[in-house]
Order: sequence, then C-alpha cells, then structure tokens
Amino acid sequence: MKILVTAKRVEDPESKIKVKPDGSGIVQEGLKYKINPFDEIGVEEGLRLVAKHQGEVVVVSIGGKEVQEQLRHALAMGAHRAVWVNHTGPVDQLGIAALLQKVVEKEQPDLVILGKQSIDDDQNQVGQYLAEFLGWGQATFASKVESMESEQEKNKVPAIVLTADKKSVQVIREVDNGLATVECQLPAVVTTDLRLNQPRYASLPGIMKAKSKPIEELTPAKLSVDVTPAIQVLKMSAPPARKAGIKVADVPALVEKLHNEAKVV
Amino acid sequence: MPIVLIVAEQQPDGNLRKATLNAISAGKQLAEKAGGELHIALVGKDPAKVADELKGYGAKAVHLGAAAELEHYLAETYAPAIAALAQELKADYIGMASTAQGKDLLPRVAGRLRAAMATDVMAINGSGADITFTRPMWAGNVFADVKLTTPVKVLTLRATEFPAAAGGQGAAEVKTFSPKVEASKTKFVDFKEVKSARPELTEARVVISGGRGTKGDFKEIEGLADDLGAAVGASRAVCDAGWVPNDLQVGQTGKVVAPALYIAAGISGAIQHLAGMKSSKTIVAINKDPEAPIFQVADYGMVADLFKVLPELRAELAKLK
Repeated sequence: MKILVTAKRVEDPESKIKVKPDGSGIVQEGLKYKINPFDEIGVEEGLRLVAKHQGEVVVVSIGGKEVQEQLRHALAMGAHRAVWVNHTGPVDQLGIAALLQKVVEKEQPDLVILGKQSIDDDQNQVGQYLAEFLGWGQATFASKVESMESEQEKNKVPAIVLTADKKSVQVIREVDNGLATVECQLPAVVTTDLRLNQPRYASLPGIMKAKSKPIEELTPAKLSVDVTPAIQVLKMSAPPARKAGIKVADVPALVEKLHNEAKVV
Repeated sequence: MPIVLIVAEQQPDGNLRKATLNAISAGKQLAEKAGGELHIALVGKDPAKVADELKGYGAKAVHLGAAAELEHYLAETYAPAIAALAQELKADYIGMASTAQGKDLLPRVAGRLRAAMATDVMAINGSGADITFTRPMWAGNVFADVKLTTPVKVLTLRATEFPAAAGGQGAAEVKTFSPKVEASKTKFVDFKEVKSARPELTEARVVISGGRGTKGDFKEIEGLADDLGAAVGASRAVCDAGWVPNDLQVGQTGKVVAPALYIAAGISGAIQHLAGMKSSKTIVAINKDPEAPIFQVADYGMVADLFKVLPELRAELAKLK
C-alpha cells in the first residue's frame, strides 16, 4: 500500500495566539511550530497500515524551507520519504488542494490521508476539495469505536480496515449523533478526526535515520499550479473578552445568582 | 439579482435538523445584504416530508430533489446534485449549517464549482458586492474578516451565531427537480446512532459538561442534566479516555455550543474547549483548582469538589420548584 500523508506546519496548539495591533496577522515572536496535530494522526495511521499491509508512507508539506522540520518529524516517526512543495507566499485551500492533486498524480498513492482541518486556518476543506478534484471517494472525520485506552490502540492496530479483496477501505466516521461506516474504493481520500489514534513519539534511532531520508523539492511552477488565493483575509481581531465573573462561596449563593441575577433557573 | 441557496439537512428520522433553521436565517440576512433572494434546497430519498415546514421561512422557492440513490447521505452523491442545482439557479452563494454533514458536503460542492469557501461563518458584514464574512481561526483565538473572490461563494454557518428562522412567513413556491445522480466510489455501510433521551447538545437551553475531574463518573452530571432537561457535554480528555461517547465533546474540534446556561464541572478549560462554549450566555465553573483557566470565562465560579457541589446543587434547585 502506498500512502500519501500531509504534514502542515502550524503554531503549537499550546501557544498563546495574539493578534497584531494593526489586525494584519498574528504576533509571530515566541511562537513554537509543530506538525498539525490532525496530520500527525494521519502519519500514525499511515504507519500502522503499512506495518500491517506493507508499502510506503510518503509525507508532503507545502511552505518555505522551515516546513522541512515537520517533514523530518514525520520521517522520524517512520515515514519513508518526503515531498516538499517550496512556496513562501500566500496560498488558500483551493491552491493547496490543486498542488496536492499534482503531487498525487505524480506519486499515484492508493490512499491519501490528511488531517480533517489544520489548527491555524480551521477550514476543514482540503481533503474534500482534493477528493473532488481527483474524482475519488472520501471518508472525512475518520475515527474508531475503541477508546485510546483499548487493546487495539495499545497494539497499534490500524482503524482504517483494508477489505479482503484489498480494493477498498472501510472507515468509521465521527458524525453528529453517532458513527457512520463507509466503504471507499481505492484510491481514496481519508481525513482524520481526533480519536483515530494516539500518534507515536519519534524514537532516537528514528530521528537519526530521518536525517538521511530523502526530501524531494517541488514548486508550484514545476507542478504548473497557479496558487493565487481566492480568499482574502482583510482583518484579524481578538475575540471579544467576556466580562470578569465572580466567585461564589457556596451552593445557595450560586443558585441565588442563577435564579435572580442571570435568571436561567 | 444575487441568489443565496441554503442547503437543508434531514436527520436520520427524516425530520429537519434544527441547525438548518439557523442557516436559513443567516441565508436570509445574506440575501438582504446582497440585495438578492433566498432559495432553499433539499435532496435525499424523501425531501417532501419536510416540504410544508420549509416553505414557511420566507424563501422565494424551496427546491426538492428526490432520488432513491440518495437514501443514505454520502458527499459523493449529494455534491453533484447540489452543485448542478446551484448552477441551474445561477446561485452566487451556497450555504449550509456547520454540522458534520455541512462540513463534509459543502467543500466537495465548492470543489466541483471551483469556489472559495469560508467555514464556520459567525457574521455577515457589508452589502452588495462588498460582503465579507467573519470566521474563527486558531481555535477561536482569532476572528478573521474574509472576502471570497470566486464567482460562486460557499459557506458553512455556525448555528449558534444566528437565530433560528421563525416559520409562518408566507408560503414559498415548492419546486421539485430530478437531482443529478452520479455513480459513487463510496458506499454507505451503516450508521450507529447514539440514542439519548436528552436534548441534542447544540440545541439544548442548558448544558452540563464534565471534565477530567469527574474521573469518568458522570452520574451526578447526568442527574443534574435530567433535573434541568439539559444536555450532557464533556471535555476532550473525557472523550479520549472513552468515558463518554465522542459526540459529547464540546470544543473547537467537537461541538460548538451556546446555551443560556453552561455548567462546567471538573473542566480545567483548555483553549480548544473554551472555543466551543464561550458564547454561552451564562457560564458556571466548578473546579477544585482556583487557577483553572475555565474561571476566566465563568460568570460564576466555585472553587470546590464537584462531587460535593453537584448533589447540593440538585437539592437546592429542587427547592425552587
């Protein structure tokens, strides 16, 4: 099985995001960067699938040279090789999907796994755009029934199930009010939800090995993709702060406030 | 004249998803600002079931596309049907509530139409050709005003930020059409519904959520929820541990809620949880740790053990009745 997985570079989800006073963007100083957590789940799932069915995990990232850090991280986790689309200017989800389409056409994977969204833009679009552009099936928000404490999880069993004829995958999707199971003919696009798996840590030997794994460099021009964005971010602002609340001493005081002041009970 | 097309959604039981009503009112607002008209679309096996309801929300027309192939929702079969209708109507804007289905389907529709898309729209600004949308980024830590520059613009609308449309506003013309049906490389296998007698999390007036502090014991939280007719929610840690079903997760990556009253018990208040509940009208936080970030957004905070507070709270609330 050949699996292509995305590895977007994003701000560490634990870092404090502040908007610049002029609203032109966020304050970059002091921020740490990581692989998008949903993409990291995708890398993990790819590695589990390949461990079970053999094959190769190819990881792809789009951005300036700094995204090589995220590619090396995925390689240290165990991915086999990387594709770096070198692009430093702005790009939107349509542009990302168009670039990925070209990478897919070049690599011909059986499965593309992406995070359901990246934790910076929170758009939740690229996987679906890509599936549509390719004319492939899609299974978004991939999840599983078993918990993160289960035996399946401890034994790193892939949650995406290859059917007996090896021509399709079954995917459990996390949707409103329950779990939906779909079967997608390969090749297909899967996007990951939070509880698909718990990504592994990169081991020290993994980190050492990653240093010599190949990273192929491409550019939008080489891929013949125009990435002029169709989404303009005009202004960013901090969300309105809630007014400071109060501490109440005991339950009767709380109920009194809820009943007489907030009038919600 | 600009055409705003709102895609309605049916639940597995065939009834209308309530979030559709919020999307319709957002669509109406958008149509007014754009100087255009509102249309509603619904495709599926039996969209006619909700035709009478849909025609009372003040739309110009309601378009119903029935096909046996659309019995089970799949993005691959619904997207061609919606995209072809949108092209026929020459829709300028296509919107849907930010439900799991909306977020799965509309990007595929947008892909088909090579349209730019804004997810989780919270506000519609400006008028005419200068309309912009406010949407959250970085787990709600940033609000961005965005402009979409493709001819067709696609949106998912965050239900908590728009009122539910009120019915009884005249009768829209109901038109039926034969939806474009394409072969799908994906097939539906099954749907395991998490059945609950409690209200749907995103639609409840009161939400009681538990976090790591519950250690997985939700008995008192469920008891209080049942006393108040409330929905039960949870933090990510609790869902990850498998203590409660995943679809109870409140947060940027789970459900976004904005009830009249939100009670957070044993929840520390990670950024991504706060992003999912800080639009609630009144927030109560109960946590043993006085430094817990949840207190920064709470109207009323109690530094105490939830296992002591919740039974007392139930007894005290019972006295009000």
